[in-house]
Amino acid sequence: MLEISHLTKVFHPGTVNEKVALNDVNLHVGAGEVVCIIGSNGSGKSTLFNMISGTYPVTGGTIVLDGKDVTSSAEYRRAFTIGRIFQDPTKGTAGKMSIEDNLITASRKGMRGLRISLNDRKRAEFRALLEPIGLQDRLGDNVGLLSGGQRQALTLLMTVISNPKLILLDEHTAALDPGNADTVMALTQKYISQYNLTALMVTHNMQLAIDYGTRLIMMDSGRIILDVQGDEKRRLTVGSLVEVFRSIKSRDYASDRGLLTI
Amino acid sequence: MIEGIFVDGLIFSIMVLGVLISFRLMDLADLTCDGSYATGAAAAAMCLKSGWGIGLSLLAAFAVGILAGIVTALIHTRLKVPGLLAGIITMTMLYSVNIRILGGANVPLLNINKFYTVVPSWFPFLGKVWASLAGTAIVVLGIKVLYDLFFKTDLGVAIGAMGANEQVVISQGMNPEILKVIGLGLSNGLIALSGGLLAHYQGFADANLGTGMVVQGLAAIMLGEFLFSTNKLPLQSLRVMLGALIYKALMYFGRKYGYLIGITPNDFKLLTGVLVIISLIIAKSRTSASDAGARKKAMTALSGAGRPSGTGAGEADNA
Repeated sequence: MLEISHLTKVFHPGTVNEKVALNDVNLHVGAGEVVCIIGSNGSGKSTLFNMISGTYPVTGGTIVLDGKDVTSSAEYRRAFTIGRIFQDPTKGTAGKMSIEDNLITASRKGMRGLRISLNDRKRAEFRALLEPIGLQDRLGDNVGLLSGGQRQALTLLMTVISNPKLILLDEHTAALDPGNADTVMALTQKYISQYNLTALMVTHNMQLAIDYGTRLIMMDSGRIILDVQGDEKRRLTVGSLVEVFRSIKSRDYASDRGLLTI
Repeated sequence: MIEGIFVDGLIFSIMVLGVLISFRLMDLADLTCDGSYATGAAAAAMCLKSGWGIGLSLLAAFAVGILAGIVTALIHTRLKVPGLLAGIITMTMLYSVNIRILGGANVPLLNINKFYTVVPSWFPFLGKVWASLAGTAIVVLGIKVLYDLFFKTDLGVAIGAMGANEQVVISQGMNPEILKVIGLGLSNGLIALSGGLLAHYQGFADANLGTGMVVQGLAAIMLGEFLFSTNKLPLQSLRVMLGALIYKALMYFGRKYGYLIGITPNDFKLLTGVLVIISLIIAKSRTSASDAGARKKAMTALSGAGRPSGTGAGEADNA
């Protein structure tokens, strides 16, 4: 589904501000996998998402998405295959527009013509889709009136109805209170299985990363330092995860020091 | 003479519909308007002079407006120049283009069949002025219907979505650059069409016709937005058209009675700017007042219920 090879991103190359955000990252994600990505701030998680969705160009390496090399294609072209949800609930929806206008915009991919797609049949469809998030009676309301949780749930719905193959969840529950975060997470799982999606999910919540998904990746300083799945992932606890993180970090540190003292 | 306000205002309202697209729907301050308005008038005038007829002259005005909008959109998107600057560049270039089209600063349209010389024959039972009003009303109504219809289509909705949040249309696999070209093209097309119709009405085209048009359009939009609040586009377009009529009426009374307090037509640009500033202040204090009102209402509702009961939004969340 997604094959990332030798992906490197250097910000401000050749200047004093040069920063290596991704360093030779290799990642192969099969169809149907749900990969949780954890790592501290600045470890390269968001940069990885920006590279996959094409927000910024890569410095080196290739990205193959659904059998096509998309390394240099524009963000809106990759969007045909990708759905992305941001941490900020306002980023995924058009606040000044009604829920129905948002849904009609999200209902398919690609450039639009002069057809009027929003009709009563569509409205009935939308009402059924909105039922699980409790917004079925508010089709004509502006999205700006919704709470953060409702807005993120709507974003999730808008992301999945246009049938992407891969969804990128960028800490999409981090801005919500625990109750709403649970609701949105449950909805995420429901949609992933209902629409047969492959998903990458960035989170700072280790428990969430352990509970959800089929695979767990830990990033640090622009590298993937841990990649577990199956039984090995099921056996993880927050404690063991922290332990693993510490041991990898100290091993790097030790070898660095070893190099320096030689 | 009062009918004159309406003809003037209705022609102006076509321009305001154009400004509504860029300023409100696309959230892009487009100053091309000051140039494209006169370009429309110039194109219409020259077509009339060359004997292309009324319909083609208006079509030509619409077309050159679209071209002007496309130029701005391409400067903005291709060269990554801020929209404001892109508009200023096109507007400045258009000053020269307008004089080129006209072959001078001013072209009178005497003894040529214009929309407003033909239209009285459609309504033989009306006087000349009322017939002009009826003819303009029919044209403007037709434009408004098409306008509302366009913004109901998937493409129109997508342009609105881009104005509200560009990421949304990118995420749906649409190229925002193309949407901007279409939106600004349409916006300036309407602005130029308005200019073209004005040339028919006034009986001349002037290269400096467009000066200060953006601010006048904004004033009309803001006046309209005071009338009622809505998120439905047909009503939004209706209210800015009413705003255009109100603006023209204010200017009419300014011209008629302004001398009593020493105001001359030369002061109108200043007054229009002041009107926009006052509108902004009122809009701002209104928003904070309604926020305060909502807060107060929420607090009384809470203390009245005696418990921090969920708001409608909260309950829907848990459902």
